[in-house]
Parts: sequence; C-alpha cells; structure tokens
Amino acid sequence: METSAQNIADISHLVTQYQAVPGGLLPLLHAIQGELGYVPESTVPAIATGLNLSRAEVHGVISFYHDFKTHSVGRNTVQICRAEACQSMGSRQLEAHAKQALGIDYHETTADGSITLEPVYCLGNCACSPSVRINDDIVARVDAARFDELVAKLGASQ
Amino acid sequence: MKFYIPQDTTALACGAEAAAHALQAAGIEPVRNGSRGMFWLEPLLEVDTDAGRIGFGPVSSKDIPSILDALEADASSHDLYLGQVEQIDYLASQQRLTYARAGLGDPVCLDNYQALNGFKGLKTALAMTGQQIVDQVKDSGLRGRGGAAFPAGIKWQTVHDAGGSAAADKEPCQKYIVCNADEGDSGTFADRLVMESDPYQLIEGMAIAGLAVGATQGYIYLRSEYPVAHKLLDIAIERAEAANFLGDNIQGSGKAFHLEVRLGAGAYICGEETSLLESLEGKRGMVRAKPPLPAIEGLFGKPTVVNNVLTLAAISTILEQGAETYQNFGMGRSRGTLAIQLAGNIKRGGLIELAFGVTLREVVEEYGQGTYSGRPIRAIQVGGPLGAFLPESQWDTPMDYEAFAAIKAMIGHGGIVVFDDTADMAAQARFAMEFCVVESCGKCTPCRIGSVRGVEVIDRIVANENRENNLILLHELCDTMEMGSLCAMGGMTPFPVRSALAHFPSDFTGQGRGDN
Ligand SMILES: Cc1cc2nc3c(=O)[nH]c(=O)nc-3n(C[C@H](O)[C@H](O)[C@H](O)COP(=O)(O)O)c2cc1C
Repeated sequence: METSAQNIADISHLVTQYQAVPGGLLPLLHAIQGELGYVPESTVPAIATGLNLSRAEVHGVISFYHDFKTHSVGRNTVQICRAEACQSMGSRQLEAHAKQALGIDYHETTADGSITLEPVYCLGNCACSPSVRINDDIVARVDAARFDELVAKLGASQ
Repeated sequence: MKFYIPQDTTALACGAEAAAHALQAAGIEPVRNGSRGMFWLEPLLEVDTDAGRIGFGPVSSKDIPSILDALEADASSHDLYLGQVEQIDYLASQQRLTYARAGLGDPVCLDNYQALNGFKGLKTALAMTGQQIVDQVKDSGLRGRGGAAFPAGIKWQTVHDAGGSAAADKEPCQKYIVCNADEGDSGTFADRLVMESDPYQLIEGMAIAGLAVGATQGYIYLRSEYPVAHKLLDIAIERAEAANFLGDNIQGSGKAFHLEVRLGAGAYICGEETSLLESLEGKRGMVRAKPPLPAIEGLFGKPTVVNNVLTLAAISTILEQGAETYQNFGMGRSRGTLAIQLAGNIKRGGLIELAFGVTLREVVEEYGQGTYSGRPIRAIQVGGPLGAFLPESQWDTPMDYEAFAAIKAMIGHGGIVVFDDTADMAAQARFAMEFCVVESCGKCTPCRIGSVRGVEVIDRIVANENRENNLILLHELCDTMEMGSLCAMGGMTPFPVRSALAHFPSDFTGQGRGDN
C-alpha cells in the first residue's frame, strides 16, 4: 500500500499545473490517470486542497465519469463497443466470446495482469463494425477469430 | 507520382498503417491525407498520375507490390482499381460543402487549407460587424446539427445581445464559444471526419463565431474516444496560432480569439449542452434546468454559444460562399446540406453529404446497396440511441426535420444504423432502456429510475409474465419518462422502445425474433 504522503509528492507537479486552469479538474484527473494508470484514492486529498474543493466533490467527479479508474488496471485495456451499429454486426456475440476467451467479465482484469476488459458506447467507427479499442488503437470488423489474434499479439508484445 | 493513404480513425482501424509501411518499404513516402468518407473502401490508396487521381481499395499491405507493378503497366488491370476517385458514383453524386476538402490532402497542412479557399470566410468576417455576421447566419437558415435543430442565428443573436450594452468605462462581458464534439450517438462519425480530415474548417468557424458574438475564448469539448481527432486538433490549433488565425491579434485586426481542446471522460450525457458545460467547469455532468439558457448564463455563468461541430464548420462555408448559396440547398425549413452517416449492417457505409430532402430508402438502397450480410433490411434506426426504429413502410420519408418529426422519428445528428432480418427488436428495445440506465446523469427520477424499471418490464413482457398488464405499464412508464424528464435522455429513450413495440410486436413474445 502506498502512503498518501508519497502520492501527494507524486502528483503535486500536476496539481500545480492545473490549479489555475478554469475548470481544471477533468484535465487534472486525465493527467493523473495518464501518469499513474488510475486515480488512487490517496490522491484525493491533495487534489481537493489544490483545487480548493471538498473531498466529496472530487470523489463525485471521479465516480461520475466512466473513464476514471480508482484501482490499477491491466497493462492493456481492451474495450468492446456495445452500441447499436456494432450490435447490428454481431457485437453481442463478440462480447460473449471475449468474456469467455479471457475468462473475465467487464471491468475485470486477467489474472496475469495483462488485460482489463471494458464496454464502450461507440468509437465512431460505425461503418466498419464491430469495433474494438486496444489501448489507443481502434480496430474494425472484429469477429471472434480476429479478437483472438489481437489478444495473442498483446501477449507476444510483452 | 504522389501517393495518399488516410490517417483517419476508420482507415487506421482497417489497416492503413500497415499499407503505409508497405509503401515506405518500397521507397515511397505517402501523404497521410484524411478520409473522403467512403469507409467501405478504406484503406483507400490514391495515386496522382498523368491520368488523374486514381484509387485502389480497400488495400492491405500485401496488395501494395502488385499495385506498384500495375502502375508501371496498366493500372486498370488491377483487381482493386477504382478509376478516378472523384468520379466514383458514391462521391460524385454528393453535394459536398462541409466535406469539399475532406481527403484531398494532409489535414493539418495550413497551405493546403488556404489553397482550397480556407480562411476566406474568416477574412470576410473580419471586415464585418458582429451584427452583420449574425445576420448572415440567420439568412442562411442554418439550424443546429447536434440534434435539436435550433436556428443557429437566433442563438447567436441572444449571445450577441447578452451582457448588457458595454458602456465605455465597463469591461466587455466575457463570453464563450463552446464546440460540442462529444458525438456520442452510435452510427455517427461526421464530426470526427471534419476534425480528422479538415480541422481548420472547425477552427475557422469558431473564430468567426467569436467575432460575431464578442467571445474571446473557445473550447472544443471532445470525447475521449477520439484520440486521432485529439492529436490532429492540437496540431492544427498550434499552427493556426502561429499563423495568427487564432490568438490576440487575428490577422492584424486587433481582435482576439483563443481556442483549447478539452477532453470528456466517457459519458454520453455530456453531449447534452448543459451537462457539457458542467463538465467543462470541472464538475459532474449533471444536466441543468433551463432557463436560464446557456446563451444567457452558460459556461462559468457567462453568455455562451454551444454549437455542434457541423454547425460551426458550416459557418466557414456560409461566410465564404454567402448565406444565399447555402440556403439554396434543402427543403422546407431544413436548409443547406445534411451530413448523412450510413452505418451498421450496410454494404457501403460512409459519409454522404446531400441537400435535405433525399429519402431514407434512396440513401440505404442506392448509396448503401443493402446490408453487409446480404440479408434483407429489417429495421433502420435514425438519429442515434434516442431515435426510433423505422420499418420498411417508413423508408420513403424524406430526410427533413419536420417530415421525420411527423412520424415520431428524428434526424438528430444524421446517423443511420441498418439492421438485417436477424435483429431481435425486443432486445433492441431493452438495450435502449439499458443504455439510459448506464448513461443517465441521475438528476431526474423518470430517467434514472424509469429506465431501470423499463428494463425489468420489458424482461417480464418477453417472459410472458402478466403480459397485457405489463404492456400497459410499459406505455405508462414511457409517458412518464417523456413528460417528466429534464432533458431528451429520459425524454426520448421511449422513442426506440415504442417504435419497436409498434412495428415489431411479434418479437416481444418470448420466442426471440418474430416474423412481422
Ligand atoms: C442526451 C443528449 C445527448 C446529446 N449529445 C450531443 C452530442 O454528442 N453532440 C451534439 O452536438 N449535441 C448533442 N446533444 C444536443 C445538445 O444538447 C445541443 O442541442 C447542441 O449541442 C446544440 O448545438 P447545435 O445547435 O449546433 O446543434 C445531445 C442532447 C441530449 C439530450
């Protein structure tokens, strides 16, 4: 368990950077998550103090948005689009396959810490569905076989 | 010979990077253009030859050597040869204003943009008063493209007039231009295509908006699901600043406009304008009650224009070509062009820009050429997750805001999602409610709780539990959501549900997909 003193030190440069930015909390949370992979509980007091907010307000914002994670995630994030265009091309079967192949449900991480699986509602690639996002790459026309290939590649690149 | 391989999200998702590498391996450095929006052809390789700009697609990296060989001999002999790209029927038959430049060149090349009439609208606007610009926008008949179709000129007039008459000794009132780039509807990618293929057009439109209403600061609220658009917008803004199209002294006029991209964090509701403003202020994206209108009390309580990407992009065209030219396109009260996005189970999906008035059937059958699966089309959802499912009897409706409203449907942001005959419409109705459960901001009860109950009631109907009573209950629940919700999230979630029930009742009998 990290101590909160360590975390305050960890993110103080970011807090300083966004303190004076109007509406700076979202950019700050993105920056923290970009650096640490998630927004640890222990950073909340420093964020609150820095931005002159209550801890409850900071909590409220973190928990409102699907993007912000409060626990560490896998080395790779795999998102499967669940929205209508992808459904029309078989994403329901794809998500069932993905959960089964990885042995996890949405919002869970594989035992080896390699992959966190998440739902996403639209990646804007709706003319070439079903779509999957792997970290920052979006992949078109993903069926079960293609999904397995992509996952195997993630394993190989580690 | 010049080679082009797009760098937009769909082209990349279909393997454009590998194709570009294969060209590089052969000693060719391709231009990374934007997409033309013919997504079924991506990755689309274009080559400038003596015979014009010809295309091959969709290409994969292993096609590159044979294409290079064919170019030495007879290009048209190659299987993937498409002929002159601009003569491909899908593109040639469109009426492109907003997308006229899309795909032509490197989207962040400032010289390119200016060579293709870029920033002419801004220069025109710099010589006008704010009121004159607002009048142009009113005359164009432009209505907001984000979904609600509110007249842009009227919104701008309100912001222009807000803040009181600035007395000489008083600081001018701070105002904002906010671009809604949250594009959350499934089946839509028109905003993304502007940002990835022609980002300066949006920047130009926002700067003109700033001049019109007296705003010096703009924000583009961009969804985090669009990393490519984010990267390109940041580059474009930096270059526009360096060339004084943004900043403290736009083209030596003494007028200022600053622009910044802010990322969303994965919340559909933040596309709703008041939720978006809360989010920009660094808060939970809770919908605000209206009034006050954002035009009067918007971002940080100041007068704010909130417009969709396409609305703001159209401003550049209107100022460049004149309000008259723009409003000559369209039908009835829907003026100009509509960015139709053809998606889902469709053979030829992509961006189709046409004057309002084309029928849904023409779009789906002529441009789309039917389903990707080759099976018959069963239902079409227009206007995103809050839009109705339309059965074949309604496909002859012209794409016009009023014509769609008359059949209890909506054009929304122009997304069309096609489903083939394997679709289970009860499952789709359930999903509409489920989506509302996941994405409701939670502020009002009909939306927050109504959607949860909606899922349960649909499950009971499909399980044949107390069927008749549960059907009545579902309709009453839909009434409550429609009438009692604070915004269209809860207020329109019943549209897909009711249309599925009305047009595909046999799917709700617990046997899976029915046969009506
Ligand atoms: C649930 C919900 C989601 C919305 N999502 C978007 C969106 O992603 N993009 C958008 O431009 N407008 C969206 N809107 C509409 C906006 O509230 C608003 O009408 C629009 O940004 C105004 O710009 P316009 O007049 O240029 O269309 C949404 C509305 C609702 C109720």
